[in-house]
Amino acid sequence: MGVGFTLAPRLALAQAEPARERPREGDLLVAVGATGAPEPLKPDDLALGSKQMFAWPIDPESNTVRDGSRLNRILLLRLDPESLDPVTKERAAEGAVAYSAICTHTGCDVIGWHADSQHLECPCHYSQYDPKAAAKVVSGPAPRPLPALPLRIADGRLVVAKPFTGRAGFQQV
Amino acid sequence: MPEKHCLHATIAASALALALSAATASAQQPLPPPPTPETPRPVPPILQGYKPVTAERLKQPEDSDWLLYRRTYDGWGYSPLSQITTENVGRLKPVWTLQTGQIEGHQAPPIVNNGVMFVATPGNQVLAIDAKKGDLLWRFKRPIPEDILLLHPTSRGVGLLGDKVYFAAADAVLVALDAKTGKELWNAKVEDYTHGYYMSLAPLVADGKVMVGCSGGELGVRGFVAAFDAETGKPLWKTYTVPAPGEQGSETWPKGDQWKTGGGSVWITGAYDPTTNLAFWGTGNGGPWMGDQRPGDNLFTSSTIALDASTGNIKGYHQYHPNDSWDWDEVNPPILVDYQRDGRTVKGLVYVARDGYLWMLERTADKINFVDGKPFVKQNVFKGLDPKTGRPDVDPARQPGTGKKAEFCPSLWGGKDWPPAAYSPKTRLLYIPANDNLCGALMGDPVTYTPGQRFTGIAPANSIFSIAPGADHIGELQAWNLDTGQKVWSHPFANSQLWGPVLATAGGVLFMGGTNDRYFRAFDASSGKILWEFRTGSGVNGVPVSFQVDGKQYIAVQSGWGVDAARMQARLNLERPWEFPDVPQGGSVWVFAVD
Repeated sequence: MGVGFTLAPRLALAQAEPARERPREGDLLVAVGATGAPEPLKPDDLALGSKQMFAWPIDPESNTVRDGSRLNRILLLRLDPESLDPVTKERAAEGAVAYSAICTHTGCDVIGWHADSQHLECPCHYSQYDPKAAAKVVSGPAPRPLPALPLRIADGRLVVAKPFTGRAGFQQV
Repeated sequence: MPEKHCLHATIAASALALALSAATASAQQPLPPPPTPETPRPVPPILQGYKPVTAERLKQPEDSDWLLYRRTYDGWGYSPLSQITTENVGRLKPVWTLQTGQIEGHQAPPIVNNGVMFVATPGNQVLAIDAKKGDLLWRFKRPIPEDILLLHPTSRGVGLLGDKVYFAAADAVLVALDAKTGKELWNAKVEDYTHGYYMSLAPLVADGKVMVGCSGGELGVRGFVAAFDAETGKPLWKTYTVPAPGEQGSETWPKGDQWKTGGGSVWITGAYDPTTNLAFWGTGNGGPWMGDQRPGDNLFTSSTIALDASTGNIKGYHQYHPNDSWDWDEVNPPILVDYQRDGRTVKGLVYVARDGYLWMLERTADKINFVDGKPFVKQNVFKGLDPKTGRPDVDPARQPGTGKKAEFCPSLWGGKDWPPAAYSPKTRLLYIPANDNLCGALMGDPVTYTPGQRFTGIAPANSIFSIAPGADHIGELQAWNLDTGQKVWSHPFANSQLWGPVLATAGGVLFMGGTNDRYFRAFDASSGKILWEFRTGSGVNGVPVSFQVDGKQYIAVQSGWGVDAARMQARLNLERPWEFPDVPQGGSVWVFAVD
């Protein structure tokens, strides 16, 4: 009755379902809630210094939107590249930065934005993250930063450069 | 890095190789569990002689047992044991303690049947323990899906019948365990966790059924109470707290499909009246949070409903405040107790509301009648109550809306949140763990429903929390005389909120934790004087109980701070920086006795 064994079928299922797989290198991004044919996002779809928007990864080969797991929700921001710390700058593409949208505390979507401090905030227990500094925890109960999703630009579009830098999801109680 | 040096020396070489390969494959993969023997664990003697729980025992429990969430169906939270008294409680000492291995809010009462204790904890875990000695008899743990949105990671306990233990798992699945082994006998899906439904309550076992409801009021759920056959897990009935068009109360949802996501979550165990076979359940606020986004009274949100346990039909209700806009869930069931009013005995329902009022109602076989109500904490939203119906006259300036900010007291956590009040027939006093002098402000935004996503319509910046100017206390244990309707005494806590369920005992002693200083305390039930206190490792949010084994009385409670107690603490520290201490998390079960 070990946790690892009982979870095995679920993991196998995830691997068999592209829509549930975490974002992969080369994936493009599409806005959550967009209607019509998915339109891959470009840096200019993000306004400098504005509140985060939410996106799903999409496999460009099969056009599979990876919306089968909420742990694939990505938050996107565009920030002044000069304001980013070196690690974040390395992961950014023309100031566009991407993180897991799932708070590492209890798993709520990180929907809050403080324009003055440029901090992200989770509405459930008010954890704040600094997106200019690898989404480190600034305040609140979150135990670790939001995993980052390194980006690059290809053909003018935002492309996933590397997988999440950490496990997307929250601490298990 | 995984702590390889901790692996037991006798571990098989192949298992070690497996562990190492797993560790190197990904630093984020946990080690596989340690190998366990393939032969079934022998059933310990105390469980071989496990005493089956009958319907009769649930109705008339032995003094020594604590078989239900509040011990008895009437919800009193009262133990008739009287060895521990106001005279000797000062000599109360720990007998044993047990770590649960979990963080977050440990709220469940240790349920005790003839010396066997069952404790539910966060992390979908149930522990069976020898109540006298503290031996861990078995441990059940169900994996929690990685993509669940669990806003309140807690459990409020298990239910018992026959040789079965019923557990409402967080992922909205009802599980029946074998009380002797902890093995799962069956499970029944209650709802879809990916759509925001999750469970935290102790199941109510009555009339041969197991009744549960779901949390998820922030996530666009439609609340319900569902009943399952206690023997087989077969679904029997499901009654929604928000009616579909054409059903009773649907006229209070005049606009479109709003009822589909109307809230009215159910996350605290109901009370039950065996003489009428009515189960009394409390319901959460409407969703989304701002009333102007769902016009109408919104039955049966923020209400007590009386369900016929055999059919699930709603036989009576009382809505405490229509069209909620303050996040005031009214999820506790009322306490079933008779009281005097105007020279007559009222077959009563007594309800301590999150909206800050103490409500006195009357229960009949097919109706709930309003008797009276009055505030028990600072409350500035109701200008008064209709003397006949109890409908509050809401001050429009105190009702927030979409794009309309309004300040109000009590705060969204209410005058009393989930921690249950207690009643003692010896003192005829009702004991309320209140939070006074707290206020807040809300302002809503339009919100679109997405399954499984937050659906409150409140941006974080538009939820404001404040301490009333000049407040000399926050937490307050209050005692009210039910016959006179007057407050008799109160014990204030100057520097702490109060998230402590109350236990009343026939020895004239109350037990309660709930403060941020980690103390578990005994109070004189007649005066409120503190008679004893003990500091645990974390804050005590658990429901305390009393039981007896081999002729000796014990007190048991879980320590383990988290969920809303911790959340309120963070808010208090923003208001008065560093005045409220850091409360470490980590759960443990404590059992006390007098030498």
